[in-house]
Amino acid sequence: MSTIGYDSWAVDLAEVGAVYPFQGSEVLMVILGVAFWIGWHRIQFVREGKHLEAAKHVGDEEKIHKLLEKY
Amino acid sequence: MDGNLNALTTVFTEFYYWVTVVFMFLIHVGFCMYEVGASRHRNHMHTLMKNIMIIPLVTVTFFFFGWWIYWAFPDFPFFGGLNHDMGNANLPWSENMGTNLSDRITGVFWAAFLLFSWTAASIVSGAVIERIRSSALWVHAVLIGSVFWIIDAAWGWHYAGWMVKYLGYHDAYASGVIHAIAGGYALGVIMVLGPRIGKFAADGTPRDIPPHNPWMLTIGIFLIYSGFWGFYAACNVPIISPEGIDGQITGITWTATNIYLAPTSLSAITFNFLMSLSGGLMAAYVVSKGDAFWTFSGGLAGIITASAGNDLYHPIQAMLVGAVGVVIVYKLHFWVERTFKLDDAVGAVAVHGYSGVVGLIISGFLLWGVPSSPYEGYAAINPVGQTVGAFIMFFVLGWLPAFIVAKMQAAAGVLRIPEEVELQGLDYAEHHAYEDAKAEIIAADKAALAGE
Repeated sequence: MSTIGYDSWAVDLAEVGAVYPFQGSEVLMVILGVAFWIGWHRIQFVREGKHLEAAKHVGDEEKIHKLLEKY
Repeated sequence: MDGNLNALTTVFTEFYYWVTVVFMFLIHVGFCMYEVGASRHRNHMHTLMKNIMIIPLVTVTFFFFGWWIYWAFPDFPFFGGLNHDMGNANLPWSENMGTNLSDRITGVFWAAFLLFSWTAASIVSGAVIERIRSSALWVHAVLIGSVFWIIDAAWGWHYAGWMVKYLGYHDAYASGVIHAIAGGYALGVIMVLGPRIGKFAADGTPRDIPPHNPWMLTIGIFLIYSGFWGFYAACNVPIISPEGIDGQITGITWTATNIYLAPTSLSAITFNFLMSLSGGLMAAYVVSKGDAFWTFSGGLAGIITASAGNDLYHPIQAMLVGAVGVVIVYKLHFWVERTFKLDDAVGAVAVHGYSGVVGLIISGFLLWGVPSSPYEGYAAINPVGQTVGAFIMFFVLGWLPAFIVAKMQAAAGVLRIPEEVELQGLDYAEHHAYEDAKAEIIAADKAALAGE
């Protein structure tokens, strides 16, 4: 029993192809990967929107002047 | 991988592309340094993060669909359907797209193209600093990095692409397929995004916004030069037999080729890389009257202008093409800035976009009649094909989608940061926390010193 389909390396390498675990579940892995990617954009998009909305009102004028002077 | 020669060729090719990928990482390091150096103190961390996150986002999407596009789209949609035979072997669920002892090339070849994708996205990132929302830029990064540039590569940077077959399009080191498209894309975004606050005076006169850290810019662009060596090598097939090409080349002499499988050599492109860099630096120094940053960028623009034909040019031709391109690009940049009030923060549209377009057109004349491919029936390189190709790269696949998507983002209010945030700086919260923490610990130390 091996997750990559080989229990031993006593093989002719010319006959060996894919050796990653759980071969046959590639489509499922792609679905999980795409969900992770889209989910990331969604989380980041919402967070940035909230952050920028809140940031509009937090500026202390004196500190902003210092930052502008700092260039 | 049977037979010693076959094994050596395969492992050499695998290692060759791997090395180019590592070199090309320096391009991204350079872009990050350049952007942060060009941005003002109050925006550093966001500027850096905006560019860094291009890496994972373009990587995963290039795995999911970008690589498939390259192999499936050479004729699609104007001259045939999708190429399913080639495309299916490069789908994200293909066994080739993973640890596979019978395929040692796909991973490194994919990665070489991927690093080009990062570059395309990073070029756009530089033009829009200090006012774009990161979420908006990252959508553009995926579109330019994993969709539009790779469509143009399938059409014009593939041995069987329709632009090569029917237009004789020739772009060996990506004047158009990376630089013109990325410059055009950046132009489309900044036309909608608008300039940074203060960039233009009330009467429309442009103001210079000097870099916060000139040394960081300098090191950044030198790293980009360094990575560009890897980029050039990655554009070649390092070693292949005439039998492997299966075209019209006769005899048994193995060779390196460009991406179209037409012969060239690493030696040739090393000559031409250095001579076009030199031509660009010298011309930029003169035309900018010794301005350091335009001189450095001019070196890059010189290489980019000569890149379309640098597989075949004589080194002196490469030098002169680089020099001529830089003069045109420099003048065009300031004319566009004054006339259209566009704020291209790092000169990306000019250095990449205009250089790419100018380089393609020049190469159409210098390489007129040269076979674009080792295969029978392909159009020869010609000025019309190169000019049409430049238009497709800059406007059709670059400017147009960028302008449309940016317009949609602007209409939804998710393109640009609020004015208050732009003035106080994107890093205000971080600065605020840093300054407060610093003040507190200094006060505590002073109190301890006083024995309180």
